[in-house]
Amino acid sequence: MQVKTTILSLPTEEFVHPGTRACTGCGLAIAYRVGLKALGKDTMLVVPPSCLTVLQGLFPVASTALSGAAERGDNFIYFCYDNEGYMNTGAQRSGTTPIGAITANTPFKGKLQQKKDVPAIMAAHKLSYVAACSAAYPLDLFDKIKNCMHLPGTKYFHIHIPCPPGWGYDPRYGIKIGRLAVETGYYDLYEIVNGEFKLTAASEKLVEKRKLVPVQEYFRTQSRFRLLTDAQIADIQQKIDEKWAGYYNKDE
Amino acid sequence: MGTRNYRRKTSHSEHGPGDGGRTGSWRVERPVLDQSLCIPCKRNKEACFICWLFCPEIVISRTIPPRVDLEYCKGCGICAEECPTRAITMVDEAKFSEEDKE
Ligand code: SF4
Ligand code: SF4
Ligand code: SF4
Repeated sequence: MQVKTTILSLPTEEFVHPGTRACTGCGLAIAYRVGLKALGKDTMLVVPPSCLTVLQGLFPVASTALSGAAERGDNFIYFCYDNEGYMNTGAQRSGTTPIGAITANTPFKGKLQQKKDVPAIMAAHKLSYVAACSAAYPLDLFDKIKNCMHLPGTKYFHIHIPCPPGWGYDPRYGIKIGRLAVETGYYDLYEIVNGEFKLTAASEKLVEKRKLVPVQEYFRTQSRFRLLTDAQIADIQQKIDEKWAGYYNKDE
Repeated sequence: MGTRNYRRKTSHSEHGPGDGGRTGSWRVERPVLDQSLCIPCKRNKEACFICWLFCPEIVISRTIPPRVDLEYCKGCGICAEECPTRAITMVDEAKFSEEDKE
């Protein structure tokens, strides 16, 4: 990645106007706004009609739309906003298994996070670039968009979006919660350029630190996790630790 | 027929503020800035602007001092929470007089 963008060097021109219909404290606009700053004026956007309907249907839709576009080799960037809508309904309905909490409810991300599969998925879809970002790290998102624009073919962005009503928290804590998802190692910021996997921003720093915040801290900030049992949390913690042991190994 | 005035004759949508109405009316608490704690105000030069970056409504200006457009601020409190010096506090709307609310 080239020189990292800072708050002071981030372009000041705005393409998003105040007064959106999004809920108070929705993280979506932060990502959307910074994304447009990176893409610039000549951007055509297809905006989903409503977050909830879309997010319920996003993952199945994503895979068909994405496959189609990827097969044609279109030069476009596909953004997948993830407010974990699936997880929300799933967790409320059944008190899902921990592995479900991480993967089954967000199938595409789940697959992506098993980083071994990613090059295969990318090759199958001819993706030159895949990134996982978060609304809590807008500058990382900005740099990644800039970073991938020169690459040919389809680019895929997964963006973690804190959602106050869906996740159950006071809107003021949205950025903190998005950050906790990363600092606990639960949600990783990374990019894959032509099959090369690399953690970025705060996730990259976590590899140096070798210290994750216990995932419990993330869960306790949101009422949607209140049904998780201690055993489930311990199991999720173990999965996270295993995933990170892999990152640490690679770093040695 | 020139193309000069086509925009006046063709229906087109232009994005503008207030797609969701005057969203300031959603607010229960109002962000209030204490300039004596705000980093760019204290240094009188561009700095920090974390509130500008994270405001989900894009209603905080990147100026010294940062200003909030209360017409659209939804009162989420993210600016107050993210400000590193706690220069912004959320104050109950009921504390402001009627004309103040306009
Ligand atoms: S439901 Fe969640 S994602 Fe949708 S607008 Fe509200 S906060 Fe944003
Ligand atoms: S985040 Fe706080 S210190 Fe920084 S510019 Fe905003 S009000 Fe000032
Ligand atoms: S962050 Fe929230 S409370 Fe602060 S100015 Fe923006 S909308 Fe208002």
